[in-house]
Amino acid sequence: MTSESLVPIVELAGVDKRYGDGPLILDQVSFTAKRGDFVSLIGPSGCGKSTVLKLVSGLNPISGGRIVVDGVEPSKAVEKLAFVFQEPTLLPWHNVVHNVELPLRLHGTDAAQRTELAKRALALVGLADRMDYYPRQLSGGQKMRVSIARALSVSPRILLLDEPFGALDEMTRDHLNEELLAIRQQLGWTAFFVTHSVAEAVFLSNRIIVMSANPGRIYSEIPVSLAYPRTEETRQSPEYQKLVAEVSKILRSVERLKA
Amino acid sequence: MTLAKPRRRVPRLLVQLLPALTGVGMIIGWEAICLSLSADQRFLLPSPAEVGRAFVEKGPALWSAAMATGGGALIGFGLAVTLSFLIALFLSLSPLVRASFYPYLMILQMTPIIVIAPILILWVGPGLKSVVIITFLICFFPMVVNTTQGLISTDRNLVDFFRMCKASRWQEITLLRVPSALPYFFTGLRIGATLAPIGAIVGDYIAGNSAGGQGGLGFLTIIYSSQFQMGALFATAAVGCLLGFIFVAGVIALSWLALHKWHDSFSRSDA
Repeated sequence: MTSESLVPIVELAGVDKRYGDGPLILDQVSFTAKRGDFVSLIGPSGCGKSTVLKLVSGLNPISGGRIVVDGVEPSKAVEKLAFVFQEPTLLPWHNVVHNVELPLRLHGTDAAQRTELAKRALALVGLADRMDYYPRQLSGGQKMRVSIARALSVSPRILLLDEPFGALDEMTRDHLNEELLAIRQQLGWTAFFVTHSVAEAVFLSNRIIVMSANPGRIYSEIPVSLAYPRTEETRQSPEYQKLVAEVSKILRSVERLKA
Repeated sequence: MTLAKPRRRVPRLLVQLLPALTGVGMIIGWEAICLSLSADQRFLLPSPAEVGRAFVEKGPALWSAAMATGGGALIGFGLAVTLSFLIALFLSLSPLVRASFYPYLMILQMTPIIVIAPILILWVGPGLKSVVIITFLICFFPMVVNTTQGLISTDRNLVDFFRMCKASRWQEITLLRVPSALPYFFTGLRIGATLAPIGAIVGDYIAGNSAGGQGGLGFLTIIYSSQFQMGALFATAAVGCLLGFIFVAGVIALSWLALHKWHDSFSRSDA
């Protein structure tokens, strides 16, 4: 492990969030992510886990506390961040390659270079042969892959994923989880991943943050020490299954807290 | 008849022929009604054959009137499309802008054209100018409403995505809001296209030819009705109807060009 990998890339210190005069959504949320961390955020609905991502992305301002992304405040870190939404959120009137290069286009990258980068990102998600397709011609899993390629096109250092595989069937989801880890192995970004699925969180992350709701707080953090690269075999291993059971138990106790 | 009975597939050719067959049936029915009328009632309803004869006799007049009306309708419609789009862009800027201007657009729409027409004639004089303005007034409103609705209905996640990419307001409008409003825009256009020829005929009827220039279908209507030329009136109505079809077909073709590649309204059910 190099010394650089110990430097925090994302730091939240006592972050509060409320919308207008509304109730407190996040209450004193603090945690630090190191370079290369894969952090999953899990918790009952309404615990503000998606809100954490939106704050880190710089889309919404915080109400209190401090967020530092790679040394600067989130809104200044746009070029280092990429966001993957719950839905593929592709532009239906653009074909696959134009969708993937869109963030580069918005940043003002010249046409030749952005096509090149888009092609590379599409190759990573295995859709190099679907460049001219329109979103409606793709399956749900393929659309999500395009959405991930779009996020990767800007070569982000931090990837924010807001429950990206929630709408997919289990087979596709497992498959995409493996692909996501394989791509991370190559590119080495830091990931924040919001999910409802304990199995998914354990499979992907080296750290799982469990949140409680009303207001959103960090309830506990569970390190996942399974070695990378993780594959289909990882899911069969007793350690994996033990962790899934353990996290599920914690999640249940959080949900009881809510009730 | 039981509901559970499996439906037999209707042959494709028959499906395509059915509208034509219905038309032929209706014409036969119409001719039959005409034959059953007494001699002194007959002038009230011209038979299909008489309407056909009127078409031939009045052909040149109908043609030039259709061109005049079609031209006026096209200019008025074109103006309405352009202006409605610009105004919709303006209205989409903020709810405050909409709240401030919408009521006045409504008033414009609610004011009866028949009352505005004489004012217009006094302002711009009779003839093409008045026809164009009346056409514009009639088809403008539904297009503004639809396009505005489209511009403010952009997918929230896509807007967030653009903002996360630090897209400029201009980029957000041109690359996101306008393209995603296109289906709404074309819905408005389709309504406008059915109204434009009607608007031009009404305009022509009220303000068309009092200056002595080339009259349109509205002017022909005045002449034929004053002379009780029922066959010619029916022919004029048919020409107006045809004009409407041409406008709508034009808009459908345009929307096909703009949308067929990506929008679900043009996806084949088997795709």
